[in-house]
Parts: sequence; structure tokens; C-alpha cells
Amino acid sequence: MENFSLILAIVVVTALAFDFTNGFHDTANAMATTISTGALKPKVAVAMSAVLNLVGAFLSVEVANTISKGLVDETGIRPEVIFAALVGAILWNLLTWLVGLPSSSSHALMGGLIGATIASAGAGAVHGDVLVTKVLIPAIAAPLVAGLAAMLATRLSYSLGKKADGKAAAKGYRTGQIASAGLVSLAHGTNDAQKTMGIITLALVAGGAVAPDSDPPTWVILSAGLAIALGTYLGGWRIIRTMGKGLTDLQPQQGFAAQTSAATVILASSHIGFSLSTTHSVSGAVMGAGLGRKGGVVRWSTATRMFVAWGLTLPAAALVGALAESVTDLGDWGTAVVAVFLIASSAAIWKISRREVVDATNVNETGEPAGVVTTAIAAVTPPPAGTVTDDLTATIPAPAATVTADPAAPPAATTV
Amino acid sequence: MKIDWAALGSVFGVSLVVTVGLVTLFTLGVMGLSRRERASEQGGSAALALTGAYVCFGACAAAVAYGISLIVV
Repeated sequence: MENFSLILAIVVVTALAFDFTNGFHDTANAMATTISTGALKPKVAVAMSAVLNLVGAFLSVEVANTISKGLVDETGIRPEVIFAALVGAILWNLLTWLVGLPSSSSHALMGGLIGATIASAGAGAVHGDVLVTKVLIPAIAAPLVAGLAAMLATRLSYSLGKKADGKAAAKGYRTGQIASAGLVSLAHGTNDAQKTMGIITLALVAGGAVAPDSDPPTWVILSAGLAIALGTYLGGWRIIRTMGKGLTDLQPQQGFAAQTSAATVILASSHIGFSLSTTHSVSGAVMGAGLGRKGGVVRWSTATRMFVAWGLTLPAAALVGALAESVTDLGDWGTAVVAVFLIASSAAIWKISRREVVDATNVNETGEPAGVVTTAIAAVTPPPAGTVTDDLTATIPAPAATVTADPAAPPAATTV
Repeated sequence: MKIDWAALGSVFGVSLVVTVGLVTLFTLGVMGLSRRERASEQGGSAALALTGAYVCFGACAAAVAYGISLIVV
């Protein structure tokens, strides 16, 4: 480790920061349905997910090189390129968190990597066909597969289980949901924590601190596992709210069907070797479960915004990654500029998020479309007529409506 | 460009069958439990329903164990 340069240290810290946002962003995948159906208390849910993520990080080092494998030409990749890629991925993760939309952290990372590589080595260094087979097709297939499975399962569960009611049934669905959510968390830890390990190892190899083809050093495994667990524990409450309440209203049976479908799809896909995004699978499963119940509705406006975010993830992260790479190319002061920019914009996004705080206490309150409706009703009915409870229902949705207005502002602020 | 349709197809098929199968099993188990709940409220017992429920849950637990083994190995 005597060869540990400053840029390498910066890359490692940035990679851990990305790992943190990754955990933060993806808590929703495992725990949104569990929290929204009330199977677990919010804090308990994220704590459980965090522990399982940490455990998952130590289970194997198999996936650790997946992220860069084949997508870009690895020969001659410099630490600065990885740094630029991470900047793009982190900013996109924070931005989608701010507007409360679930999007794939892996796509953000791949996008950043692609953009930075193009800026550094030209478009020829990116393998276009790998892009289609590893990114585009899975992005379309994952929600379809998981959604269809969840829809059928929900429908079946409702028609079969008409006689399943009472305390025993409620307890049963609760337990089932917790078990499948646990599986998703564990799978997430083995997959995503290892992606960061892969990135750090790649940077260490590129910087000459570690011999090529070596396994990630122990301190890398440990720190990556801790970073993702910490992010998971702090919980991306905004995204949890969208996934658990915003897309559709879930009853325990639906939550169970959705989470089981997502867990199955994630495990089956990684086992068979056609890797599907966790985020896309879970979102699809939640929507499928919403459609599967008679009288269940999917809020397509929220879903559409989510799909748009999915489509933008790769190009947006690539753009930021490319810009960051061309600035770092100017020299050491360029790298410093990018680092300062990353910290400043992260701070700005956090600052904006404080305008309307979403945390464990209000994560299960009103999805956005409901907020719009209730504010409209609140506007029509004379306010003084209400009792105390009326006041409560009228004041809570109002900030939710301002969130809908926000999405236009942040992108403009950060693309500068 | 080569798209691995076979792999995608099997992911699709396996996911569908396993999800629907698991949820069905689990629902049957939950039904058994609520039948026993009703029976015991009326003072009777439903040993068969309870046994059936445990068999269903056992199968689900086995599926979860298999899932964990897939993650670990």
C-alpha cells in the first residue's frame, strides 16, 4: 500500500460515498412494501435490511467484478475516469432520491462509467452490444416478468384465500412478507456492495496499488459492507414512500405477493445468468400486485415519472460522468474542482430536501396524487369548518403538492 | 449482437411458476390457520387443517432456504 496516491484515496472515498447512496436508494426495494402494509415498523424494517445487507456483503466475492466486466475497455482505465464515473452516479442517485423516484443504482454507475470512458478514450471504448444486452433488455424485461408474476399471484391469492381472514391470516401474511423482504435485502448486499468492491479494486489495480486479477482486500470488503449498511439504515424514506404508497395501495396479501415475486425474479435471474435490476423488478412487482386485486389501481402518473427516470438514468449519469472526466483531464486542479462540485451539489440537494422532510414518522402518509386531490378538496371547502382532524388531513398533503412542483427545479440547478 | 433469449425465457418461466406456486402454498397455509382459528372459536379442533398448514409453511421455508443457498454459493 506504499503506492497509495492522493487520487486513489479520493476514488476510494468517492466509491464508498456511492455505496452509501446505493444503500440509501435501494432500501425501498426490500422494505417499502413491508413498511407500507405495516408488517414492520419503519425503523425496525430498515435496521433489519441494513444488517442483512452487511451480512450479504461478506457472503462471497463472486460478483465483485461484474460492473465493469465487458462494458468498457478496461485496459488503460485511469483512477480519474472511475472518479468521474462515480460523480455522475452519485449525483443521479441523489437527484432521484430528492424527487422520490426509484431508479437503478447499477444503471447510474454504468452510465457514469460509460460517459467517463467516452470522454477519456472515445466512443470506441464502449461496447454497444453489451449495452443493449446488459442494460436495455433487462430494464424492459424485469418489470414485465416481476409484474406479471405478482399480478397472477395476487389474483390467485385473493380468489383462493377468501376464507383466510382473522388474526391468524394477518400474522401469516406479515411473516411471509418479512421473510421475502429479508431475502431481497440479502441478495442486495451480495450484489450491490460487491459492485462497489469491484470498483474500488478496479481503481486500486488501475493505480498500481494492487496486482491485477487479485481479490478485493479485506479492508475493501469491510468498508464497502459498512457503507451500504449505513446507507440502508438511514433509509431513503422518499423512495420508500413512492414505492410503498405512491404507485398503488397495498394490502398485506399484495405486499406478500409483490415481495415474493421480486425475490424470486432477482434470485432466478442472477442464478440463470440474465441479471435483472432489483429496483426494476420490485417496482414492476408492486404495480403487478396493484393490478391483481379487484378494485386495485396503479397510479400511472407516478409510474410514468418513474419510467422516465429509468430512461434518463443512463444518459444523465453518462453526461455528468463525461463532463466530470473532461474537467479532471485538465489536471490536478480539475480533479479538485470536480470534487468540490460534487460536495457542493450534494449539500445543495440535501438542503433542498429539508424543505419537506420525509422520515420514519411520515413515510406512510399520502401518496402524491392523493395529495393533489385532497389539496383541491381542501381549497374548495371553507377551512374554518373543519375540526382538528380535518385540519390535520388538510395540512399534511399540502407539502406533498410542492414536491410535485419541485422536480423541474433541481435538474436545472445541478446541470450547471 | 446476441441476445440470450433462452436465458431470458427461463428467467420468465421459472419466476412465474415459482412465484405463483409459493404464493398458492402460502395462501393455503394461511387458510388452514384461519380455519383452525374459527374452529377453536367454536370449541372444535381442526387437526387436519393445522397439519396441512404446517406442510405448506414447511415447503415455503424450504424454498427460502434454497433461495439463501443460491445467494451464498
